[in-house]
Amino acid sequence: MTTDTEIQASARVERRAGQASWTTTVPAWVITTLSVAVATGLWEFFGRDVNPLLGTYPSAIIKAFFSMLQTGRLQDALIQSSQPFIVGYIVAAIVGIPVGLLLGRYRILESALGIYVTAGYATPLIALVPLLILWFGLGFMVKAVVVFLLSFFPICINTWFGVKAVPKTMIEVGTAFCASQTAIMRGIILPATIPYIMAGLRLGIGKAVIGIVIAEFLTAISGLGGIIITSANSFRTAEMFVPVILIMVLAVALTALVGWLEKYVAPWQSEITGHDSV
Amino acid sequence: MAHLEVQNITKSFGTHHALAGVSFNVEKGDVVALIGPSGCGKTTALRIIMGLETATSGQVKVAGRPVSGCGHDRGMVFQHAELLPWRNTLSNIGYGLEMKGMKEPELSRTAMHYLELVGLTLAKDRRPHQLSGGMKQRVGIARALAIDPEVLLMDEPFGALDSQTREGLHGELLSIHAKTQKTIIFVTHDLDEAVMLADRVAVMHAGKISQIIPIELERPRLDMRAIRTSAEYSKKRTLIWEALHDAGVSAAA
Repeated sequence: MTTDTEIQASARVERRAGQASWTTTVPAWVITTLSVAVATGLWEFFGRDVNPLLGTYPSAIIKAFFSMLQTGRLQDALIQSSQPFIVGYIVAAIVGIPVGLLLGRYRILESALGIYVTAGYATPLIALVPLLILWFGLGFMVKAVVVFLLSFFPICINTWFGVKAVPKTMIEVGTAFCASQTAIMRGIILPATIPYIMAGLRLGIGKAVIGIVIAEFLTAISGLGGIIITSANSFRTAEMFVPVILIMVLAVALTALVGWLEKYVAPWQSEITGHDSV
Repeated sequence: MAHLEVQNITKSFGTHHALAGVSFNVEKGDVVALIGPSGCGKTTALRIIMGLETATSGQVKVAGRPVSGCGHDRGMVFQHAELLPWRNTLSNIGYGLEMKGMKEPELSRTAMHYLELVGLTLAKDRRPHQLSGGMKQRVGIARALAIDPEVLLMDEPFGALDSQTREGLHGELLSIHAKTQKTIIFVTHDLDEAVMLADRVAVMHAGKISQIIPIELERPRLDMRAIRTSAEYSKKRTLIWEALHDAGVSAAA
């Protein structure tokens, strides 16, 4: 009798152990793929019943995607949008990171200029687009400027706060070994701030995407934002969703690229935290 | 002329006097411990000697030269090692040398020498997070020694370690001192550490040195067990305990 219950008990333990291992061993990407498949399936199933003026469903979007590819309209729009996006975002990174480093390092610069960066981050910059159109016209330049303005502030602020988070004793190591100001900046503060800079670059992508779409809405109707607004105005809902989803996919890919870049330039970081950055 | 001269240094933060006139001399090759309760100013004194803080008055001389700011004549070992997480062991040891302007291949060769001195050859390529607390502090010591300073300054270097690791490192430091004959000043709150390692123990209290107690144990001190059980050891340990205790009582009164 005793042996029986013991065996049962151990079997129960084994089963519990088996369940625990199921939840921990399934690769994350399998769960993610499954989740996306279920969501898409539900959308397809219920979306077909919705009035096509008010909603759409995945297979209709895919159809619209291929027909837009055939006419070349999508490629043209993508090129139109990506040029000012890339220029604006890269300039924001090139300017934002050094400015953030300097703000974090030098008290005088911080007190003199920090307020503008904080204010700029909090300002609804989109509201300035009509004015920017007066300054920069309706073409490439104004789009790049909007992207720059929106992505500059999160990149700069994150870098700035990253510098503030560098432990004082770490900087003292540099001081104690007579490192010059430049050596402290390049050899201690910059590498210690990389996780914050990367977080800023990631937030910047999200903001830059909003920037390019809004700019295309409000300036010359062109690019991916142009397709969105012309399709929506003529009630071609499925066609409208093509650039929306394309932008989303590209933004996710860009964010992943920044994560990969972080692992490449700061390999110690994921080793220390013990998990990959998302 | 003493190798290191600390002449009447004071340090005030507003109305608070962290150091109220501290003077002592250290001969070349001597080891001095600064011991005392928290807030007695021992770490402030060490940081002023290093040049990480400036004294309100008084001066510090190393080998006859007055010091201002940091310099390669002094090497600092930090309380929590403070290794740079993106550098591996060898390049952490080489950090001070790089700042001193040393170039390859001499840089790697010198760093290798100190890596061997602290017995970490096998951990050469590891990053700090892959090292134990004791190993990190050995890297910290090697980094400070590598620039070949006149004086080695250590701020509670073993305070964060477990007692077994700490004793291991005491032995290590004694043998490093036997090999390099460096002048060492270290801050501690551990009586055994002070007696075991130092030639003189400066007991500090309320920003002043209340007593300097010489430890007459012969060098090299290689047999730690024999030292532990010696009469001089227990006598000096009691003396320092009493000095700390008296200071504490007078402070409470």
